[in-house]
Amino acid sequence: MSAPVPIRDLLAGHPFFADLPAADLDLVAGCGRNVHFAAGQEVFAEGGDADAFFVIRHGRVALSVHSPPGGELTIATLGDGEVLGWSWLFPPHRWQFDARAVAGTSAVALDGACLRGKCEADTALGYRLMARFARLIQQRLQATRLQLLDLYGRDGPERSVAG
Amino acid sequence: MVPVPYRVTGRRTELPDTATLALEPIEAGLAGPRPGQFHMLWAFGVGEVPISVSHLQSDRPGTHHHTVRAVGATTRALCALAEGDTLGVRGPFGHGWDLDAARGGDVVVVAGGLGLAPLRPVVEAITAARDSFGRVAVLVGARSPDDLLFADVLAEWRGRFDLDVEITVDHARGGWHGDVGVVTSLVPRIPIDVAAAAAFVCGPEIMMRFAGNALRDAGVAPERIQVSLERNMVCAVAHCGHCQLGPTLVCRDGPVYTLDAVGPLLSVRSL
Repeated sequence: MSAPVPIRDLLAGHPFFADLPAADLDLVAGCGRNVHFAAGQEVFAEGGDADAFFVIRHGRVALSVHSPPGGELTIATLGDGEVLGWSWLFPPHRWQFDARAVAGTSAVALDGACLRGKCEADTALGYRLMARFARLIQQRLQATRLQLLDLYGRDGPERSVAG
Repeated sequence: MVPVPYRVTGRRTELPDTATLALEPIEAGLAGPRPGQFHMLWAFGVGEVPISVSHLQSDRPGTHHHTVRAVGATTRALCALAEGDTLGVRGPFGHGWDLDAARGGDVVVVAGGLGLAPLRPVVEAITAARDSFGRVAVLVGARSPDDLLFADVLAEWRGRFDLDVEITVDHARGGWHGDVGVVTSLVPRIPIDVAAAAAFVCGPEIMMRFAGNALRDAGVAPERIQVSLERNMVCAVAHCGHCQLGPTLVCRDGPVYTLDAVGPLLSVRSL
């Protein structure tokens, strides 16, 4: 049986941490642990303590919101090489949506309180990490705006014919 | 310039407002179209619209399929045609997809909504000559699971071991186990050799702009990204100017362009 890959090496190979200085990776990895979710398993629930974020290595997670009566609206799905969760960054540190694995998912969970403490102690690390999250949030905001445009809807700018 | 009479030999409802018509010439037919070219379809007594070829039937040479969404009087009349009805056809017109430019390398096909219709012949041409291409990814975006065009064809493609087919929808309720998000979000996920990759993109123009940006960010060269534009084509032979886009006439020079040639024009407001 092969030895488990150190958290630091897992993070080093993840796009979110590309080009992060080695010393930063060492600090971040100290807050990490390996997690696995089976298909259908809850990752977190709306209103729960946002005490971590998830660096997805393999698998797929659906972010959703419950829509009564009995409905569930999926907002986005995240997969290999993506990052799940930023509520750990902002008070009151509560999850805003539900997250559930839709396929077997392996990830590194990074402890929010641990990371916040290290970012406050080392503001250069904090800046580099926040820059990555700002980029992530910007990308998700742009994607959400495109979704809101309803590009393919009847009243949207969908191609009228296949010409 | 004179429409040639064709007969509807098959009709299939794809979506509540979208149908595919199989067309065969009643007498002498027109030249065979290439993927990405379009015909002018004339609904007698109503009008004429440009519609791309959405399928070339290999077992019946001369038969081509067109997928039409009913949004106006002419497209509604075309969608209402039944098997055995006749219509007028002109064409084929324009420059189609340059498949030769993609040979030997990886290929990314990005389709949004009805944009899958002009791209279906691209995927079919690639699968017919599969050894000529590297890894092939087909990325499809739709409004919701119920709005997916050619669902059975997509299922067949997903069953192939030599195509990576990723489907995402903008909105989904429970019961959908696929991806949710804009089609551009799929681009960073695909493992391709960007240095030699070619891309074919078709969908709403905004989607094509953002897909083009995502592909460029991923490293695909703009001159290797092909997009198919939709404009108001009337004469289809570069006389009337209705389809003018800056210095180019889409009916003659398009509808397929490389992104480096047409990308800057797509951001000009007055065009």
